[in-house]
This record gives sequence, C-alpha cells and structure tokens, in this order.
Amino acid sequence: MDYLTLSYWDIVLAALLLLINGAISFAFRLNMERRLAVAAVRTVVQLTLLGLLMKAIFASNTVWATLGFAVLMLLATGYEVAAQQSRRVKGWRGYVLAGGPPFFAGFITTIVVVIAIIGADPWYAPRYFLPILGMIVGNGLAGAGLVLDSVATAATRDRRAVEERLALGEPRFSALGDILRNAVRAGMLPIITAMATAGIVAIPGMMTGQILAGADPAEAAKYQIMILFVIAGATGLAVLTAAFGSVLLITDDRHRLRLERLGTAAKP
Amino acid sequence: MAPLSFEVGRGECLAVTGPSGSGKSRLLRAIADLDPVEGLVFLDGAEQSEMPATEWRTYVRYLAAEPAWWTDTFAEGMPDDAAIETRVMRMVTALGLQPDDLNRPLAELSTGERQRLALVRALADDPQVLLLDEPTNGLDSGTAALVEEMIQYRMLSGNIVVLVSHDAHLLKRLATAHIALGAEAEPEGA
Repeated sequence: MDYLTLSYWDIVLAALLLLINGAISFAFRLNMERRLAVAAVRTVVQLTLLGLLMKAIFASNTVWATLGFAVLMLLATGYEVAAQQSRRVKGWRGYVLAGGPPFFAGFITTIVVVIAIIGADPWYAPRYFLPILGMIVGNGLAGAGLVLDSVATAATRDRRAVEERLALGEPRFSALGDILRNAVRAGMLPIITAMATAGIVAIPGMMTGQILAGADPAEAAKYQIMILFVIAGATGLAVLTAAFGSVLLITDDRHRLRLERLGTAAKP
Repeated sequence: MAPLSFEVGRGECLAVTGPSGSGKSRLLRAIADLDPVEGLVFLDGAEQSEMPATEWRTYVRYLAAEPAWWTDTFAEGMPDDAAIETRVMRMVTALGLQPDDLNRPLAELSTGERQRLALVRALADDPQVLLLDEPTNGLDSGTAALVEEMIQYRMLSGNIVVLVSHDAHLLKRLATAHIALGAEAEPEGA
C-alpha cells in the first residue's frame, strides 16, 4: 500500500486550526479554552500511546498480547459507559451492566468476523482483531449507554404506573415492557440511521481511513458494508442484553421495583 | 415502624389510621409484597414467600391512593376475558359510571371518574384481599357512598379488606377492627 505519511509539522499545522477555536472561545467568552486545550492534549497523548502500544502488539503477534489489549478495552468500556449515566445502578453491578453487554457482544461477533468472514491467519492477528473489536465495541457501547439511560429515566418517571401494574399481578418484564421496548428502540436507532445514511451524508470513518491509506475505494466499500452489518448485529445483542440486564437489576425476584438500587453518578 | 401483629378474617374490614408518614401505605404495600420488609404475611395458612409474587398479588390486591395509568383508555389495558368483562360492566354501573367511559381517553375523565375506574380495575379479576388506600379520596358524597357500597358487597362475598382512610365516618361504618399507627400504636386485634 502506498500512502503519504504525515510529518510532525503537518500535525502542528492542523493544531493551528484549534488556536482559531481557542480565539473564538476567548472572544465570545465561551470559557471553553481550557477544556479545548485539555481535550487536544488528551487526543495527542492517548492516540500516540495507542499507536505505540498497537505497534508493539502487532510486532509480537501473540494471542496473549491481543487478548490483553482486549481486556484493557473491556475495563475502559465499563468505566466510560457507567460514568456517562446520570442515574446508574450502584456498585460493581453498574459497571458490569454497562461494560459487559457491549464487550461480550463485540467479542463474540469479532471472533466470527476474523474467522468466518475475513479469514485472518492466525485468527487473533492483532491487525484485524483489535481495530474491528474497537469499532464494534464502540458502537455497542453507545447503544448500551442509551439503553441504560432510557431504562433508568423511564422507570423513575413512570414508577407509579409500573408499580400499579406489578400490584395488579403482572410479572416484572411485562410491567416494564413499554420501557424495555422504548429503550431497545433508542439503543438501535443510531446504528440504523448510520446504515441508512452511509455514503450519503458522510463517508464512514473506516472507509475514509482505508481510502487515505491507498486502498481501492470499491474494496473499501465492501469492507465498510460488512462492518456496518456486523456492528448492527453486535449492537442489537448488546442493546438487548443491556435492556434485560437493567430490568433485572432494578427489580427483584419477588417482582418488586427496586429503584433505590439506582444512584446518582458523579459527573466526570 | 413499631412491630405489630394482626389477623383479619373473611368478610372483615381492618381500619388502619394514623398521621401522615406513620406508615399506613407502607403497611398495605408490604402486605401486597411490593416492598421488601421484615415480617410474615399469611393468606389461608400460606406464607407470602411460598407463593410466586405474581400469584400472591392476584389474590392480594393493593389499590394506591393516586392511581396511575399507562394506556390511553381503560379498555386498552384490560385483558380479553369474558368473565372479567362481565364483572367490569357490572361494577361500572354500580359505581355510577357510563359504559362509554371505558373507551374514553382517560385524560378527558374527571379525577373522581378515574378514581372509580381504578377501583374497577383493581377488582376486575376478583381478588380475595383488598388493600384500599383512601378509596373515596376526591369523591363527592354521592359517589363515595357507591364506593362504600361496593366495599360492603365485597365483604359480604367473603373478601378481606384492609382500609386506610381519613374519613372517620366511613371507617366507623365499615371497620370490624382497627389499628392506629404512629405514636399511640396499640393494635386491638381482630
């Protein structure tokens, strides 16, 4: 593959555009200079480290390096989703509920992709495994986050109606049925929109990357289609698991609503 | 809440009184198994936890003071069951409602109409134990009398009633036993 490599000066040039943003923020007193600067520095540090780490993992090409990095992603996943919730399940269960569904749905589908679809050799080849896992988990994470937020908000708002239904003898999944359906819909909507508008509104990120890296656009399109389908499948799994999991966690086996298990998250 | 113990027989009505916040609703919710509490509740010798919660609540029915709705009309929320339909129609007339009210948007009905429809909903599948939290709240004296008659009828047909109300006259007419929660908690037993 031939592509134009970037020099550090090229990045500095791009960073100059951020200075314009900073100037705007300063001129209009948006008070965003600091956050902008911190975010920009985080981008540089995080992506540089990621690049170096992945380079090392690619070089070692062992199953342990690949899986080790995957576990790191799992921990970050749970933390990020849980931290974004305004009302989340208290304690370690909250993290498991947030990170578990997107990660395991992503892990299973990624294995299917590298073995059955791409046919990577070996299956754990980090060059394929990690970026695909990252994309799938990232989307599943967004979906699961929406689901958890939707369930917690709706269950709190409609508490009386849910309890009324429970009091009338409905089992918990029936009493929370409407909430469950709305949450799953909310979680699936972004990926459905992404599929429906792919290529019209924007060229998807992975396809952009492959084209920039010198790949044939038609080949890149095929890859992108496959990835979108897989992401949709994995997001569906993650969203369903997160929805059922959150209903299980805010109710108990006596079919009682246990909203006291929801706490307020400290805003990052 | 101070520990208490009581027994209510079929056809009897236990009145629960006490100031706001003394735990009257909590007591009713605990009997319906809607909140986890320490204590045992028996129905005909069967302990609450021996029975699936959903089955327990088909026998032991809690009617909240402020009923909530999740459908646009009453009819939408009702199961497709002939026996239930017959019972609903009978109660609608007895409570001074119109059959049309079942298909009218709930948002267009008055508070009193919704209050009575909530009672109809709670009784539609013929529960054995009625835990009624201020069932005549917000009703004028005429419709409150119809609700009272309904409760009396249920007692005559063998229902067990636990009644929370601020209406001392209503309690006096219906109650066969009385417990007061709060400062002067002294169960009289039944």
